[in-house]
Amino acid sequence: MQSAPASSCLQAVNKTAGIKRWIANTLYRKNTVFLLLLLTPPLLWFGVVYLGSLFALLWQSFYTFDSFSMSVSPDLTLENYRSLFEATNLDIILRTLGMAIAVTLAAALIGFPIAYYMTRYGSRAEQGFFYVAVMLPMWSSYIVKAYAWTVILSQQGVLYWSFRHLGLLPVLNEILQIPGIGGNTLATSNLGRFIVFTYIWLPFMILPIQAALERVPSNLLQASADLGAKPAQTFRNILFPLVFPGVVAGSIFTFSLTLGDYIIPQLIGPSGLYIGNMVYTMQGSIGNMPLAAAFTVVPMVLIFIYLALAKRAGAFDAL
Amino acid sequence: MAIAVEFSAVSRHYGAGIETVRALDDVSIAVEEGEFFSMLGPSGSGKTTCLRLIAGFDQPSSGNIRIFGKEAAGAPPYEREVNTVFQDYALFPHMNVLDNVAYGLMVKGIAQSECHKRAEQALELVALADYGKRKPGELSGGQRQRVALARALVNQPRVLLLDEPLGALDLKLREQMQMELKTLHQKLGITFIYVTHDQGEALSMSDRVAVFNRGRIEQIDPPRKLYTQPRTGFVADFVGTANVVSGDLAQQISGSRQPFSIRPEHIVIESDASPNHTVKVAGRVVDIQYHGATSKIEVDIGKHTLAMVVSNTEHAEAQLPEISQSITLCWPQSRMVMLETSSDGSR
Repeated sequence: MQSAPASSCLQAVNKTAGIKRWIANTLYRKNTVFLLLLLTPPLLWFGVVYLGSLFALLWQSFYTFDSFSMSVSPDLTLENYRSLFEATNLDIILRTLGMAIAVTLAAALIGFPIAYYMTRYGSRAEQGFFYVAVMLPMWSSYIVKAYAWTVILSQQGVLYWSFRHLGLLPVLNEILQIPGIGGNTLATSNLGRFIVFTYIWLPFMILPIQAALERVPSNLLQASADLGAKPAQTFRNILFPLVFPGVVAGSIFTFSLTLGDYIIPQLIGPSGLYIGNMVYTMQGSIGNMPLAAAFTVVPMVLIFIYLALAKRAGAFDAL
Repeated sequence: MAIAVEFSAVSRHYGAGIETVRALDDVSIAVEEGEFFSMLGPSGSGKTTCLRLIAGFDQPSSGNIRIFGKEAAGAPPYEREVNTVFQDYALFPHMNVLDNVAYGLMVKGIAQSECHKRAEQALELVALADYGKRKPGELSGGQRQRVALARALVNQPRVLLLDEPLGALDLKLREQMQMELKTLHQKLGITFIYVTHDQGEALSMSDRVAVFNRGRIEQIDPPRKLYTQPRTGFVADFVGTANVVSGDLAQQISGSRQPFSIRPEHIVIESDASPNHTVKVAGRVVDIQYHGATSKIEVDIGKHTLAMVVSNTEHAEAQLPEISQSITLCWPQSRMVMLETSSDGSR
């Protein structure tokens, strides 16, 4: 009599354990069901939040904006894209594109040697140090860094102070006379803006290059030397082609981040809008969502073109 | 004959003070021109360090390395008349097979058409004539191995260095490549320096073998002499298998405390003994392992276990002893090899 409730309880336990096992075994056997269960939530998130909003944006870029009533109507038109090619808007695009190219080139030129040293020469401890040193600036707020640079570049700032004490102020002023680069002060010059952009995006260039360098086995470099290649030839023929996909990956970051930024152009450098500022203005104070959307498409198209060119140049042959 | 590669008292030490690692310790070798010279040893014995020093990937801590009489220490790899076939081939993944093979010529500034012509000839030499357009990733292990070989040979090196080139291949392919390498060596007449940990490979291919142990050379001799007259216990044990007997038991058997070695295939059981099998030792069978063509019998003779190998002929199988049976082992006095103690004093 006493054992009856205990045994029925045991049976219940056995039953739930049996169901659990049945589910586990079914999932094990039917791999697709398991994958579906695992992947549906993230895929939904990715599909709706990322791609969905992106397509909504694309769609809206074909809407009509009535500048008279300042209202948007869902009549489809190519007018927004046509107006991108108007002189003032084209000016904005080319200004942004020029800066993005300059920043990308500079970041690659500065980033490659650093990444190279990190992977090829640094001891384990040094590698760790470099890794943290490269990442560290990314831990602090981007806005704070941008504002800090306005102080650094100002006439009362540390850069001017150093130039003054080194007696190099005339040189700096001479540089600031150069049209296109210069300006009244560093803080209001394109040069200043370029320095800040390069500073802010550099880690995004170093890390992919470093990852690509780490994947190149050192015996390939030895084999090249063994076959009679001098160090410069080994670099040109073996190391660089194998690391180039990493450079391209890094440059996509620096390129697209520069194309989309609207804070640095506001804080540092001469007047004149960037694509990001234009989007900000259009969707904010003016309410011209369709033109803002069309402007947003520009960096995407530019990056597609850039990738196509890179592929053509053989950037991904080594992958 | 001229000396191709000469080491005089070469050492390569890593680290300093008490933690010094002697990867190579006071090694002297003279490899003759045209020779197939093998460096044999377990991993960490210094054989690969030796090869890297010849190739120029590493520099000696002390001593002199001469390649055809010219001092090589300090010279970078690209200034040496040697080429290497790497253990994992080290083919350039972004170039096709033809460009891989032509690379050595291309970096010397030879015109592309000439480069490709000679690369194609080199590929023919290794029976891969139609594979020039493929990428290394599309080839099998054995094919990559041949491409690596062609890539080194196209430069017409005076010395070819091979760093365990067959290590990643399966047994059948390895045996086939051994044959091909040997044929290639005879055809080209250049010096081969071959690093391996596989004693069978070293014995079957080489003119001479250097046995490495803990950064030092234990013995340099032709394969037959190495096997029949090992100088130390280490060599006896590493090259083939050997029963190394020392101490009191050696005193009992040979009358001297000096260690000696006896090969398993030279030991017979008493019923098979002929008059020249003068050495007799009693023992008890502890294990019998079947290996197909042969069987290995392990016999406990007190403190030592001796291994003997018998061919699985009908006659031998009929009188195979049983485990824990007491038997008497016999061997000819002439087959016992007296050993020196190893340079590292381990035996």
